[in-house]
Amino acid sequence: MRFGRYVLIATASALFALGSAHAQEEVVRIGTEGAYPPFNNLTSDGKLEGFDIDIAQALCDEMKVRCEFVAQEWDGIIPALQAGKFDAIIASMSITPERLQQVDFSNKYYNTPPGLAVPKDSDINGVGKEDLAGKTIGAQASTTHFNYSTVTYTDSTVKPYPTAQEYQLDLANGRLDAANDDIIALTQWLDSPDGACCRLAGTITPVDEIHGPGAGIAIRKGETALRDRFNAAIQAIRENGKYKEINDKYFSFDVYGD
Amino acid sequence: MSAVDHPAATEVLRPPPPPRGWPRERVIGYILVFLWALALVGLVAYLVSAWKPDMFWRYAPGYLSGVWVTIKLVAISVVIGALLSVPIAYGRMSRNPIIASFAYAYVYFFRGTPLLAQAFLVYYGFGSFRPQLDAIGLWSFFRDAFNCALFAFSLNTAAYQAEILRGAIQSVPKGQWEGAESLGLPRLLTLRKIIFPQALIVALRPYGNELILMVKGSAIVAIITVYDLMGVTRLTYSRTFDFQAYLWAAIIYLLIVETLRHAVDWVEERITRHLRR
Repeated sequence: MRFGRYVLIATASALFALGSAHAQEEVVRIGTEGAYPPFNNLTSDGKLEGFDIDIAQALCDEMKVRCEFVAQEWDGIIPALQAGKFDAIIASMSITPERLQQVDFSNKYYNTPPGLAVPKDSDINGVGKEDLAGKTIGAQASTTHFNYSTVTYTDSTVKPYPTAQEYQLDLANGRLDAANDDIIALTQWLDSPDGACCRLAGTITPVDEIHGPGAGIAIRKGETALRDRFNAAIQAIRENGKYKEINDKYFSFDVYGD
Repeated sequence: MSAVDHPAATEVLRPPPPPRGWPRERVIGYILVFLWALALVGLVAYLVSAWKPDMFWRYAPGYLSGVWVTIKLVAISVVIGALLSVPIAYGRMSRNPIIASFAYAYVYFFRGTPLLAQAFLVYYGFGSFRPQLDAIGLWSFFRDAFNCALFAFSLNTAAYQAEILRGAIQSVPKGQWEGAESLGLPRLLTLRKIIFPQALIVALRPYGNELILMVKGSAIVAIITVYDLMGVTRLTYSRTFDFQAYLWAAIIYLLIVETLRHAVDWVEERITRHLRR
């Protein structure tokens, strides 16, 4: 009888301690794609790495919360956020008017221009509509680059790919005449042995209605408190040098933009 | 028609009507039907409330072309598969162990691996052998994603159809073969005039199923960049983030499948006329 009471009290206090420990450490679940090097990539042993991941970690440290990463296929990443599978998307997602109807965004945390990659022996030397007339262009589906291609290159065939890896394969084997993506994602691939087939045809001038002001952190609509904390954290790591430290680990110039 | 052929049929005494009342099964049945009706009303109400004319007019042409690509893909690959299935079914029934094991291996591979994996293997796998394919002049065929899908689908459905055909032919009693032989009919003629007509009755339902499975299975070609119905749906969804894009696709797939089902019913009605009493 008395022993039973001891057990009860011990259990209760243990639970209480556990509960308070949890209360002290807030967890923010971050959704990311894991197929977009050098920004976010799933390593062969199943770990996430890249610029997005390091920035997310720095932001969480700044906000004094624990980050938990969730890898999610790109096509379903916004519905997954809305369904509560995670609390924020940090996956190089451009802030666009179409997405703003679905989710809220923090301020941008980087902004780099899009570009066009072509095979080395290609006769394409520009990125204008007439340079690509009659050609086949690949881009990752549900991205600003895919939208830009379908809207701009109306005389070309535009093909959607699930991830960047697939259009890279098709550009290498000649099914595609060009591929449209972020300049950094393209150069990273072109500099690797896999990208030996191809070269950069040029940089595309971003269009505000399509490309937006840059990549931001997406959160569910109306969660302004979380958004404000992310904004404050972005500003803080810009100011305290943490951003530059991460930036320099991956890039030779400041990807934050103007 | 049966009334004319068999006037006696109308005079059969009917069993007494079952007693009315509210047994448990009936109550459960009514509740379930009510729930289903509620779900249907909810669905229709949602579609009406979510109706966006500008979205419809913007994306409807895309859906139409997507449906056309899906139908074209399934129709062509099912026909090619049917042609291929004849020699494979023959191989499966062959007494020659080499032919039989080849046919077995073919069927084993294509039924044992996912269609998605086969489509990927053909599309990206062949893509990495471009120089070799160029050398034999096949690259222009495999360059096109639709052709790759057609190729993978034809091979896949050929394996299934071969098994359907084999099963149907083997379901015809042996006595039919022996009877024909005793009349001195050649084997090929026996097969064509006696065995096939009986086998096709057995095979019709599985063929219908295979067709329906192909229609639904064809949705995976969206991943190898073909704008079929599913590809168009994904595109629409990525532009609008409105999940009714998928709802419309589901409804269109349902309509296609329902049409096919009725078509199979109609064919069965026709080819089993002689069996009706």
